[in-house]
Amino acid sequence: MLLHNKASRKPGRGGAGVIELENVAYSYGGGELLTDISLKLAPGSFHFLTGPSGAGKTTFLKLCYGALRPTGGHLRLFDRDVTQMDRDAIALARRRIGVVHQDCQFLDHLPVDENVALPLIASGQASPDEQENLAELMTWVGLTNRAHALPPELSGGERQRAALARALILSPEVILADEPTGNVDWEMSQRLLRLLVELNRMGKTIMIATHDLSLIRAAKAQVQARVLRISQRRLQLAGADL
Amino acid sequence: MKPDLATLKRLLKTDAGADRVVPPAGFTVRLTLFTAAAMAFLAVFALALSLAAGRLADSWGEALARSSTVRISAPAEQMAAQTAAALRVLQTTPGIADARALSDDEQQALLAPWFGPDLPVADLPVPQLIDVIETDAGYDAAGLRLRLSAEVPGAVLDDHTRWRRPLIAAADRLRFLGWVSITLIALATGAMVTLAANAALAANAQVIAVLRLVGATDAYIAGAFVRRFTLRAFGGAATGAALGLVAILLMPSGGETGGFLTGLRFEGWHWIIPLLVPPMAAGVAFLSTQMAARRVLEELA
Ligand SMILES: Nc1ncnc2c1ncn2[C@@H]1O[C@H](COP(=O)(O)OP(=O)(O)OP(=O)(O)O)[C@@H](O)[C@H]1O
Ligand SMILES: [Mg+2]
Repeated sequence: MLLHNKASRKPGRGGAGVIELENVAYSYGGGELLTDISLKLAPGSFHFLTGPSGAGKTTFLKLCYGALRPTGGHLRLFDRDVTQMDRDAIALARRRIGVVHQDCQFLDHLPVDENVALPLIASGQASPDEQENLAELMTWVGLTNRAHALPPELSGGERQRAALARALILSPEVILADEPTGNVDWEMSQRLLRLLVELNRMGKTIMIATHDLSLIRAAKAQVQARVLRISQRRLQLAGADL
Repeated sequence: MKPDLATLKRLLKTDAGADRVVPPAGFTVRLTLFTAAAMAFLAVFALALSLAAGRLADSWGEALARSSTVRISAPAEQMAAQTAAALRVLQTTPGIADARALSDDEQQALLAPWFGPDLPVADLPVPQLIDVIETDAGYDAAGLRLRLSAEVPGAVLDDHTRWRRPLIAAADRLRFLGWVSITLIALATGAMVTLAANAALAANAQVIAVLRLVGATDAYIAGAFVRRFTLRAFGGAATGAALGLVAILLMPSGGETGGFLTGLRFEGWHWIIPLLVPPMAAGVAFLSTQMAARRVLEELA
């Protein structure tokens, strides 16, 4: 099945983290937004990332998938320092990282199923085999009946599920989700969470940025999740009160 | 810039997926279609003009334009003396490179089309012809006429081909200007496509961001745009060139007398040349979109 077929791909070598940050700093040009951040995302780990709005959660995730480059320190994706990766190398690394963007980001002129299949198309892997996987994935996120709709015609929750399906189509080793439950009701957020927990049980490394503390509590009942908080430009392990 | 072979290969591959990631028929793409069509139409005319001017210049060749004829009509017994006198005058006239009396055989060959090959030229009172070749600078026709009439009463200077000299120069210039126009048309097409591609890429920054998010390489993103613009430029240019050819085919034909105006057409293998206009337009669009894409993708990095 789709969700297993590439899961055996080796994560980073020698037990190193799939994504490693070492004293990373980032600034958009003004003062530093993030300072001295060190973190090793171990393969198969489950992380939450919290912090007040504007703290830099989205920025942190963008660093993790190579959309932004650190302005200080070292960042390694799959054991390669990003300073030594050109844009093509970043693009290839990104195929191993499924990203659920905070505002989803679709090609509005293409129907939902093609948007979900976009990573396949763009990496030249579109094939009849993958067609089957696509259908399976659409069923899994419950979007089969919306497959031919255009993204602007979707509800917020449907968009989030489509974004998750797109993040999963290449069977990536890592899933970075930015507020994946931002636009959905409690029930739908629990469904999305169960999908992510299931993926983690299959061995995927997961990091979810959210300010929804109830979501974190619900997750902690299902998996062993670490909660990180960005506060005053630094990354801290959140207390056990969560 | 060296053409990127990998992109070219991808372009030729039928990959509907790559084509669809760029939003359909934007304003800029229609602009490219129209520009390519208009430019191809103009290019076909400029080509026809250039080639026709070239043919004209060739057929009114330099040799013809530089030669004139002195005709001597005299009683048989004076013919030799007057011919010798005329040759003397011609040889001492500045601007004349060579003057040569035609032999009986040559004169007979000239008359053969009218009187047949057996005409006894020597026995008939046909005028003696002297072939005059002038230098680049040319001679003073009025002065030569005066000297001839004073010294050789039976001589008539016939310089009918001299009037063509400025025309040949004009035809040569016209051919040159035709090629200049074609070059300008190619450059203008490149500039227009570059502007259109730039605008399309900038307007689709969001599309580019999404493609990057899902792991598309720059080559893939550029290829999608390059393919779209190249195909539209080819389609537009094919339409424009076809219309241009039809317009030229419909030019009224005036036979021999029409000369230059009715000569505005393609002859023989020259018909192949306008067929090269659409692929050339596609090539120009390919290169300019590729360059625009590289620049914009660099900026959006
Ligand atoms: N492209 C940018 N240029 C300059 N400043 C930016 C840019 N993107 C974000 N910022 C600023 O950086 C800070 C952190 O933004 P970020 O999106 O990472 O926050 P966040 O923690 O994800 O917030 P939210 O919870 O509201 O999504 C904000 O103050 C934001 O205004
Ligand atoms: Mg955010």
